[in-house]
Amino acid sequence: MSNGVDNNRRHFLTVATSVVGGIGVAAMAAPFLASLRPSARARLAGAPVEVDVSKMDEGERITLSWRGRPIHVVRRGEDAIERLGEIRDRLRDPDSDSSDQPEYAKNEYRSLKPEYLVMVAVCTHLGCSPSFHPDPADPAMGSDWPGGYFCACHGSRFDLAGRVYRGVPAPTNMDIPPHRFVDDNTLIVGEDAEVA
Amino acid sequence: MQNKSNQGGGTVGDWINDRLPYRQFVEDQLTGYYAPKNFNFWYFFGSLALLVLVIQIVTGIFLTMSYKPSADGAFASVEYIMRDVEWGWLIRYMHSTGASMFFLVVYLHMFRGLMYGSYKKPRELLWIFGMLIYVVLMAEAFFGYLLPWGQMSYWGAQVIISLFSVLPGIGEPLAIWIRGDYLISDVTLNRFFALHVVALPLVLIGLIFFHLVALRQTGSNNPDGIEIKENKGPDGKPVDGIPFHPYYTVKDIVGVGVFLALFFAIVFFAPTFLDLFLKPANFIPADPLQTPEYVPPVWYFTPFYAILAAIPDQVGGVIAMGLAILVLFAMPWIDRHPVKSIRYRSFLYKALLMSFAFGFIVLGYLGLKPATTLYNELALRFTEFYFMFFIISWVYSEPRSRNYYYGAFAIVVALIAVIDLVRDMAGISWIALLVMIAVTAFFLLLPAHTRLNESKPVPERLTS
Repeated sequence: MSNGVDNNRRHFLTVATSVVGGIGVAAMAAPFLASLRPSARARLAGAPVEVDVSKMDEGERITLSWRGRPIHVVRRGEDAIERLGEIRDRLRDPDSDSSDQPEYAKNEYRSLKPEYLVMVAVCTHLGCSPSFHPDPADPAMGSDWPGGYFCACHGSRFDLAGRVYRGVPAPTNMDIPPHRFVDDNTLIVGEDAEVA
Repeated sequence: MQNKSNQGGGTVGDWINDRLPYRQFVEDQLTGYYAPKNFNFWYFFGSLALLVLVIQIVTGIFLTMSYKPSADGAFASVEYIMRDVEWGWLIRYMHSTGASMFFLVVYLHMFRGLMYGSYKKPRELLWIFGMLIYVVLMAEAFFGYLLPWGQMSYWGAQVIISLFSVLPGIGEPLAIWIRGDYLISDVTLNRFFALHVVALPLVLIGLIFFHLVALRQTGSNNPDGIEIKENKGPDGKPVDGIPFHPYYTVKDIVGVGVFLALFFAIVFFAPTFLDLFLKPANFIPADPLQTPEYVPPVWYFTPFYAILAAIPDQVGGVIAMGLAILVLFAMPWIDRHPVKSIRYRSFLYKALLMSFAFGFIVLGYLGLKPATTLYNELALRFTEFYFMFFIISWVYSEPRSRNYYYGAFAIVVALIAVIDLVRDMAGISWIALLVMIAVTAFFLLLPAHTRLNESKPVPERLTS
């Protein structure tokens, strides 16, 4: 106590002012940081997409956009489906245990029907869209290439079910979006199938 | 009681100086600021960095007047600037060339600091502010690269933002928060524009202010690494110092002349600079459904990008890349050798620093190239060497016993061997592994048996 100054009181007031001010700054920061999250408009833009697959040939691929992401629909031939079973040893996650797909697509073909692959064609490494190399004889892909996807960004390789190879940067298989067939020819991407 | 100038007897300069002490400021910062007399070529790049900053701000302001930050309008507005705005092509090419030249100048400035030990006591904070400027500059360049909304803009941003989604748990929400959307969209472009033209330039200018305040406090280092403040004449001025103005302002004007000649040679004759400054794919509008064949970053990011791609593990790659930048912050505490300048360091340290610079350039080259087995192997080895540089610099900080060198050698070789064992690759490249062991032996076993790691005596006074 000197010159009538109460140091305890002064210390308390300093701390209290700082704390209240700090809480105020934090509270003020919250709306600014939250304003950076997706707006209501961005959240709404995710409607399902309908595709006619009746005109697809074996080995053909069509690309469509769902939620702004590239979706590939691939019609696989008998031999391509057979090869999916032969390369298990070369895959990192052959049973899709740590990958993202609906429960009904957690199988060797990673699809509802073995013939049709419906996939988010985005590399799980850093988000490039891998290029489609369905031809086993593709000279650029090496001699024992069974057909699949190659990401030119960092060299990740996937098979024709989007399953990732060992020894490449991508950690998991490519994502399978929710999808269902209305009838034999019409596919809807963005809605889940009812599993019987 | 009034002083002279208030009675109307002084000059306009007096009148102003009484209200704004500019004369004191000029004396403190320029005419009375003594810098070492032996600055060489490498000391141009600090002032050149300031010059490029001014070019970027001025051209940037004028570009903003014609640019439209929206997914629908951005690409077309850049073409509009290039074709229809009078002299728009010049302003835009100055800005795009300026971005690359900024990094060139900053890399040379940083290498100067490494050569002459300018990060060492008492200049640790000066170095850290410099590193912060470098990191903010990278962010500024990254945000700006999205604005033309070409294919490279889009997919480059896609890859970089995806780096954040690798973080366990918070990664994906964080990436969505940065984008403001589930994919890179108009929202992302808009906020990157705000960050590029307002927020980060302000941060950058603030950091540069602190960088210069810290420089005025410690004074510049010099090619001999000798503190001129420790040898003052009877007038209190450093004997080996000369006033910054007029001596170094005039010297820097020569550098500015040569630099601007080169700068405008690029702007006029090679604005894409062999596709290094501007990529061909960026003259195609952004298409969210179609990745270009190959997405290399701009050249100034490629060394770190090569480190990212070299590690065959997603999280590991991102950690290695982040660490490659962060470790530079710690340089003042890694290399604690009392001799600052490379002029008086040992032969082995010179070889080490030159190999590090060479390796950094090789990594930069590898980051530009599509991934092949050979390039992946090289990138991994040069990444290992990048980090070895810091370990060996630490070891070289003081005289060590023979056993210490052997121990350090064993630890480094063991680390390299562990990386070879755990990486999920088809096989180990024995040749590459042997070369790495030989390089380690060169730097860590030679000091144990030869005198190649002995420093030279540092003179008392500056040598030239």
